[in-house]
Amino acid sequence: MQISANTQALAYLVSAILFIFALKGLTHPSTARRGNYYGMAGMVLAIIATLLGAEVQSYGFIIAGVAAGALIGAVLAAKVQMTAMPQLVAALHSFVGMAAVLVAIGTYVNRAAAGTLNPVLMTELAVGIVIGAITFSGSVIAFGKLQGLISGKPVVFKGQHALNAALAVVIIAFGAHFGMTESVFSLTMMTLLAFVLGFTLIIPIGGADMPVIISMLNSYSGWAAAATGFTLQNNLLIIVGALVGFSGAILSYIMCKAMNRSIINVVFGGFGSDSAGGESSAAAAALEKGVRSASVEDAIYWMEDASKVIIIPGYGMAVAQAQHALKEFMELLIERGVEVKFAIHPVAGRMPGHMNVLLAEADIPYDHVLEMDEINPEFPTADVALVVGANDVTNPAAKTDKSSPIYGMPILDVSKAKQIYVIKRSMNPGYAGVDNLLYYQDNCSLIFGDAKAVCEGLAGALKGGGH
Amino acid sequence: MPDTLVALYVFVLACFIGYYVIWGVTPSLHTPLVALTNAISGIIIVGALLVTGLDEASTTAQIMGFFAVLLASINVFGGFLVTNRMLAMFKKKK
Repeated sequence: MQISANTQALAYLVSAILFIFALKGLTHPSTARRGNYYGMAGMVLAIIATLLGAEVQSYGFIIAGVAAGALIGAVLAAKVQMTAMPQLVAALHSFVGMAAVLVAIGTYVNRAAAGTLNPVLMTELAVGIVIGAITFSGSVIAFGKLQGLISGKPVVFKGQHALNAALAVVIIAFGAHFGMTESVFSLTMMTLLAFVLGFTLIIPIGGADMPVIISMLNSYSGWAAAATGFTLQNNLLIIVGALVGFSGAILSYIMCKAMNRSIINVVFGGFGSDSAGGESSAAAAALEKGVRSASVEDAIYWMEDASKVIIIPGYGMAVAQAQHALKEFMELLIERGVEVKFAIHPVAGRMPGHMNVLLAEADIPYDHVLEMDEINPEFPTADVALVVGANDVTNPAAKTDKSSPIYGMPILDVSKAKQIYVIKRSMNPGYAGVDNLLYYQDNCSLIFGDAKAVCEGLAGALKGGGH
Repeated sequence: MPDTLVALYVFVLACFIGYYVIWGVTPSLHTPLVALTNAISGIIIVGALLVTGLDEASTTAQIMGFFAVLLASINVFGGFLVTNRMLAMFKKKK
């Protein structure tokens, strides 16, 4: 069976609509799964329509590639731990980037053999290759940082920006030369240097800026697909590329806003490399006041008869895998008639929405989990705020101390709760290298220990009947 | 209108759709959103199929196409399945 180009184009249109519905489904958790099925249907339709088209005549390599890819993809999806989602996502971004490079070069080889190259096509090919290559090597670095294969610290060196700018200029020059002369040497140099540029762009960015980087590379992978669509004159690829590209761009914007930093500052800043801001007088004064430390029993005493407890999870919860213990503790509190809510800061964790997935994994119903803007008005009425492995996003210095590096960042108003407990491993400052003024408030105590162990301790103490 | 210009029209209008649809996504589903966009950017498989399946494609092009199909398939299957796995976890209060 073979379908005409017009039938194929109509199938692609339906497929594009299905993808839009897929994204639309994520408006609410109750429609999200249906959305995902729309997406699957769109993909199946697009693949079948392509295979039945006149251009595809040889199937051996295709069957082998899809079979192997399906197996690897299914195993990855089934095995990956929810805490490792950022790594998986980074790996998948790199695959899109590499696929874009391969498709562009393969198209070049085919079209050169057929003698149908033209300057417009070659320019589009060059753009596709460069975006794809940057996406690939940038995502590989992001993966390495997330997986701990390379240091999560920002790697900053002198002349970094000059180097990147020089690389970009040389890449454009080689690309232009390729477009005008079909020089294979220029094509090769352009491709290799684009891989290098992806590397040098991402290496200076620190581990806790990962939510922005993941979003940015997500965006790049979309633009890479769109560029491929231009070279192949394929509107479906263009539409999907634009959707994905915008998705990543909007997420980057949301993440930057939640840190009160510009995207320029994240990309070029090397944030977190400075030591703690020395001139912060309030912090210095507070340091001398010392902090209170509390035991699990103290915390239980305040929480067992509270009417409302708000829990603030952060990356520390993910690292300690404390979400399951936290869920048990939540249920015990609810049994005692305590209202329990979770407060999520947009940049908590290593990718957008990371905390929500971890809490969902632990079977914590999503109607207990609130975003920053929804929960902030509730802190003054909370009897206890329990901070589990979050730091900078709770620091009132962001509101009060103009000299603080995090001044202006939107925070969770934890400091307004009647009583505050913070589960923390040590007195080390958070990622921003800033002292947390919250810890010096009279109504705040620190429970030192591993988040999982402490949460299990809290649950155990409640089960024991409390006091 | 030349084909490239039509493509540009499609691209720009799709950007607007993307803008409005993505702003509607609830923040609690941002991780599934990233995973789902991973899956649908696997649509690059269409390009990979066209490169690989061409009858007169050289071996070089076919091998490149094979790897492109492989990588894009990992995205498609891995992306959709992991999104499904995550979304299944989001439950309402019993």
